[in-house]
Amino acid sequence: MRRTVGTLLVGLAVIAAGVLVATLRVNPYLYFAGYVILQYVVIATAWNILGGYGGYVNFGTPAFFALGAYTAVFLIRSIKAPLPVLILAGGLVAALLGLGIGYLTLRLRGTFFSIATLALSVVLQTVIINWEYVGGSRGISVIRPSGPPFGNYVVFLFTVMVALAVIAVLVARFIERSWIGRGLAALRDNEEAAECMGVPTLRLKLFATTVSGFLLGVAGAPFPYYVTFVEPNSAFALDYAVNALAMPMIGGTTSWIGPVIGAVLLGTAQQLATVTISSEMNLFIVGVVLVAFVVLAPEGILGLVRKLRGH
Amino acid sequence: MAGTLLEVDGLTKRFGGFMALNRVTIAVKPGERFGLIGPNGSGKTTLINCVSGSLPADGGRILFDGRDITSMPAHRRTRLGIVRSFQIPKPFTSMTVLENLGIPLENAAHARAAEGADAMEILGSIGLASKAHLRPAGLTQIEMRKLELARAMAARPKLLISDEAMAGLSHAEVDDILAILFRLNAQGITIIMIEHIMRAVMRFSERIVVLDAGERIAEGTPDEIARNPAVEKAYLGE
Repeated sequence: MRRTVGTLLVGLAVIAAGVLVATLRVNPYLYFAGYVILQYVVIATAWNILGGYGGYVNFGTPAFFALGAYTAVFLIRSIKAPLPVLILAGGLVAALLGLGIGYLTLRLRGTFFSIATLALSVVLQTVIINWEYVGGSRGISVIRPSGPPFGNYVVFLFTVMVALAVIAVLVARFIERSWIGRGLAALRDNEEAAECMGVPTLRLKLFATTVSGFLLGVAGAPFPYYVTFVEPNSAFALDYAVNALAMPMIGGTTSWIGPVIGAVLLGTAQQLATVTISSEMNLFIVGVVLVAFVVLAPEGILGLVRKLRGH
Repeated sequence: MAGTLLEVDGLTKRFGGFMALNRVTIAVKPGERFGLIGPNGSGKTTLINCVSGSLPADGGRILFDGRDITSMPAHRRTRLGIVRSFQIPKPFTSMTVLENLGIPLENAAHARAAEGADAMEILGSIGLASKAHLRPAGLTQIEMRKLELARAMAARPKLLISDEAMAGLSHAEVDDILAILFRLNAQGITIIMIEHIMRAVMRFSERIVVLDAGERIAEGTPDEIARNPAVEKAYLGE
């Protein structure tokens, strides 16, 4: 109980620090880049709940992210819904998709599950391309609401993303340390043995896919206001699928801090590369780093640290 | 049916055109030491998979403690008290030996508030206490089998199904595992033993059922089974 309160206080402190940074009015680019890195903290954390804890590798991250973004586009166009509503709705719609892929795990395991999630992304993108109301293949411009609560709108979105990242990490940490996280670890190690030891594997998998989907949708919901122009190729970008998997792998998948470390390191490296070299360098960096880690440190940075400490 | 813990009634299981179990009926009494034998491919493990819920049955009924569990998911059967060990040990590799026992304790034993020894006591009783903080990868073959049994015990079984817990073990190790199973039975746990090591099944079982090609061909005490010509034919051919 005391530890829970302590954790919540740390979370609040991080949000407060985010607000403080927002009031500093440093170089505006830093907020712009910071938003992307924080967005990846949410995405990597969400992916890891299913992929890291439960061992079900989801290649369909873009589908969930874009579903959150396009739910927001739809609600902005139709009823001019406020940002909190967009985030909640984006999360809920993506959560429903998550529940759907949860039932896929009844029949598909391992690589076959991953291929199905990849297909899901392609199918959903095709649907969006053919849906004129949300911009179709041409994309759609989104006008930001005038007068954000403080700062300019990007600074405001930056603080919102700080809060979302904190919430995502708290959720992941809570799951990891509860019977749910232990049950997911058991089914990751051996699903049949877990079920035979009393673990309700189907229920846990549905829980993990739904929560993971929700958080991925949440990460995508503010995206239209951030970029102000949404089109399928950027919302369904391969970057999300690759980064969502690479960041937890590099940080370490067994603990909540792993995806955070991976997202901050890799996200920052990508932002630096975009500015100093070229935006095309992004995935190249991810590829090189991921290969290096898979070969040299399969348990990520966390695994390296544990090894150095001699555990 | 009173006086029966597990009742398998006319159980049928097909894999495509292959009849793995053909209307098999067995009844296990509370506290009994029950042996299940048969040549390779006779359907023993399939029967156990159907009883534990790993496989759905295609026909027939399974009753446990008078409750129909035929279509119940495996984890709920475990919570009711049907616990199995695996022929090829399936430990949770990312966890320590102690944490392996935590999973059934948390998910099965506590789910029905079953009282009993904690994980460390179970490991002590089975001789694994010194390995509690190792990962399963660091265990020997016999220790792996013991972990399999210890983990099953942590689920607080009423009925323990031991699927070839002794295959590949040495003479002394077989006796070691047998002693553990006898002790569990003395604590009131009903045990179904599936085994190819005849010396062990014959010594352990009070009653034996023999399967051959998915059919039940004999039932009786170990002595009766040893003298049964149909059993001899199933194992040795004509």
